[in-house]
Amino acid sequence: MEHPFAISLDVGTSLANLTGSWRTSRPVYVDRLPPCNNACPAGENIQSWLYHAESGDYETAWRTLTADNPMPAVMGRVCYHPCESACNRAQLDAAVGINSVERFLGDMAIRNGWRFAPPQADTGKRVLVVGAGPSGLSAAYHLRRMGHAVEIREAGPLAGGMMRFGIPKYRLPRDVLDAEINRIVDLGVVIKLNAKVDRVVESMQAGRFDAAFVAVGAHIGRRAYIPAGSAARILDAVSVLRSMECEDKPLLGRRVVVYGGGNTAIDAARTAKRLGAHEAIIVYRRTRDRMPANDFEVEEAMQEGILMKWLSTIKRMDDGVLTVEKMQLDQKGFPQPTGEFETLEADSLVLALGQDVDLSLLDGVPGLEIKDGVVQVASNMMTGHAGIFAGGDMVPSERTVTVAVGHGKSAARHIDAWLRGAVHASPERHDLASFDKLNTWYYADAPKTVRPTLEAARRQNTFEEVQGGLDETNALYEARRCLSCGNCFECDNCYGVCPDNAVIKLGPGERFRFNYDYCKGCGMCAAECPCGAIAMVPEEL
Amino acid sequence: MDDGATLAARQKLRFYQKGTFTVGNRLVSEADRSVQASIDRSNALTCGHRACQGCGEALGARYALDTALSAAGGNLIAVNATGCLEVFTTPYPETSWQIPWLHSLFGNAAAVATGVAAAMRAKGRPAVRVVAQGGDGGTTDIGFGCLSGMFERNDDVLYICYDNEAYMNTGVQRSSATPPAARTATTPAVGPEPGNVFGTGKSVPKIAAAHGIPYVATATVADLHDLERKVVKAMGIHGARYLHIHVPCPLGWGAAAHDTIRLARLAVECGLFPVFEAEHGLVTGSRKIRRRVPVDEYLKPQRRFAHLFTSEEGKTRIRRLQAVADRNIAEYRLLDQEGDA
Repeated sequence: MEHPFAISLDVGTSLANLTGSWRTSRPVYVDRLPPCNNACPAGENIQSWLYHAESGDYETAWRTLTADNPMPAVMGRVCYHPCESACNRAQLDAAVGINSVERFLGDMAIRNGWRFAPPQADTGKRVLVVGAGPSGLSAAYHLRRMGHAVEIREAGPLAGGMMRFGIPKYRLPRDVLDAEINRIVDLGVVIKLNAKVDRVVESMQAGRFDAAFVAVGAHIGRRAYIPAGSAARILDAVSVLRSMECEDKPLLGRRVVVYGGGNTAIDAARTAKRLGAHEAIIVYRRTRDRMPANDFEVEEAMQEGILMKWLSTIKRMDDGVLTVEKMQLDQKGFPQPTGEFETLEADSLVLALGQDVDLSLLDGVPGLEIKDGVVQVASNMMTGHAGIFAGGDMVPSERTVTVAVGHGKSAARHIDAWLRGAVHASPERHDLASFDKLNTWYYADAPKTVRPTLEAARRQNTFEEVQGGLDETNALYEARRCLSCGNCFECDNCYGVCPDNAVIKLGPGERFRFNYDYCKGCGMCAAECPCGAIAMVPEEL
Repeated sequence: MDDGATLAARQKLRFYQKGTFTVGNRLVSEADRSVQASIDRSNALTCGHRACQGCGEALGARYALDTALSAAGGNLIAVNATGCLEVFTTPYPETSWQIPWLHSLFGNAAAVATGVAAAMRAKGRPAVRVVAQGGDGGTTDIGFGCLSGMFERNDDVLYICYDNEAYMNTGVQRSSATPPAARTATTPAVGPEPGNVFGTGKSVPKIAAAHGIPYVATATVADLHDLERKVVKAMGIHGARYLHIHVPCPLGWGAAAHDTIRLARLAVECGLFPVFEAEHGLVTGSRKIRRRVPVDEYLKPQRRFAHLFTSEEGKTRIRRLQAVADRNIAEYRLLDQEGDA
């Protein structure tokens, strides 16, 4: 066709005009690391399981969650949820109640009897796990799902470790713990109880194990030398909490003083109150803001009437009377004695000054390095002795259930790689989806659903669970408060706001694709993406 | 502003956390999603058009016409005034329109649309609906006589004005929709009163309402759900209807291309662009401000207002613009709770 002057195209659609050539930077879809995932010691993909929970697909949510952590009902009760502290939503109204939703999913799984998918094939490898605490159970679960034969040997009469013998019932009901342990056993993990391992290398050889994961915890209460009269009753918190699981409950008396500032001190004081003590006092040598205990547990304890005595050390105990010295913090924040003394009436003194590890099973194992009473491990969780891995409270760590579960998972991956003669390489971490990456206009205002707390008066003398759970309506609401930081949730904003129709919608679950033939690179999609899942990248010129 | 059913629908959406504000939402049913969220949307204005990066008008036109097309069951003819929209979509021999589309002159879009509607009636095809569209120049200045005639005769046309507050196509000259203090090619930021003069210009939505026509509304590209709802409502009415859509212009306003929607949003949130509806001459409702901001936040990202931030006199002028916003807030009850209006 003959074109008129200055016209080079036939009459037709503007689709012939590829405006993508104007672009100086291009949008690309990215998955950024949500702060919750980044903060989770157990390495859960929280954003992902909340995504499924949002649509009411609780089973997929639970399966996504348990791909990383086999005990959501336990986690939903005892985890100190660093995810919520990191949650971007906290800067809008209040953090998403991730822990509450986790518990909801865990409880629903128990109620509905959901089970784990069995391993695809057996590898023929055998792994010994020493200790049936959170770390050992987690490692056993992951190793079993990878197809290895796993045997746990537990010194105690019941599985659970510190989850059973350290955490009081009012925080973690035992039927919940049993249900989640049984589900791991049903996967084919063998647990031998009352089976203390004295020498780990010999046990491995005798049982023809290819590798071992040692996680015996820290069950020895640390003592401090306190001069005491003959009638003084001094106990340690670990023993007190452990004996709560036995026939003979500890006798603490009407006035109980707990010495220490960690979570164990709080647990011991709250337990004393429930056992009938009229007065439970925590004596700590520094101040509340320096207390290692979790803040909301301190808050709950104080609501229950536990008294706190800051800046004090205990000098001696005579029959029913404690001598306490007042302290003051020096410029570095260390407590220094003042020489001022006072007395405190007490029927018993419970020491919660930290816990040590019984390392006797590792005596004489070549290559091991023990420092500060704990076993040193490399980044792959392996000790200095090839094939022996360790985790939980017996390695340098923060000593929480969640950290222990994370150790178990990490160790399982490395053990699996090691058994295959390979090295496990963690996938590259994505950039953090920080608050400034979000466009929060698009999220409706919705404050957090606070879990019901038993009335303080009622809980003081019972061992009923303190924190209640969510029901389905508020769990769904809570899940939907998730901002999906850094990960596309298919809100169609990019598809809608492009003035050039250069975003192609691929359909449910398939997300979107850019049509670079027409994208002019204005960046509106990236600016209006609520969750920061689009990055603008300069074009190469 | 909402009748009971839509209000209930909006509250239901609110529970889904993201559905109220985002274009789509996988958690709600297809019927409750926007036209723009649909994988099968018609793209009445398709790719390859020559609008600048981040063009608010290209976006607003697709939002409005996709919705009108869907509401009319595909039977839609569009008439266009001269302006950016006409120029960037139809440089001969290309067209970006995927609907029947007609352009005549700068000033006669409303009259041509009246004629098209009359022709459809004469041909016995009343199902075919007519939309006229123009920029603020073609609407508030040059086409104003034809527009007023279309209104007073109550012709069966939906007239859509894409307001980017100046003649952008010819090089950013002032129109009667240019806001006070804005720098344009014809109102430079020099002299004792830099930028557009305070006390000039007009509100065509108010003038349209004064004709007593069945439906008048304002909307912005920052609130798609509101815009689509208004187009659907307008298409459900016969007679003269007027929709005035605020469409930021990165080039003419001196703003970043990626800020188009943000600016449209800030214009509403500060009160300078009131979003409201009027039926038969009476204001019936307004879109409430959600997170109120001072006018500075809207003005600062735009180079046309840069002179306001470099002198003491500028502060006085910002206060006068704030007074304009405050008056809008009072007049259209922009801070009242939903349902108060």
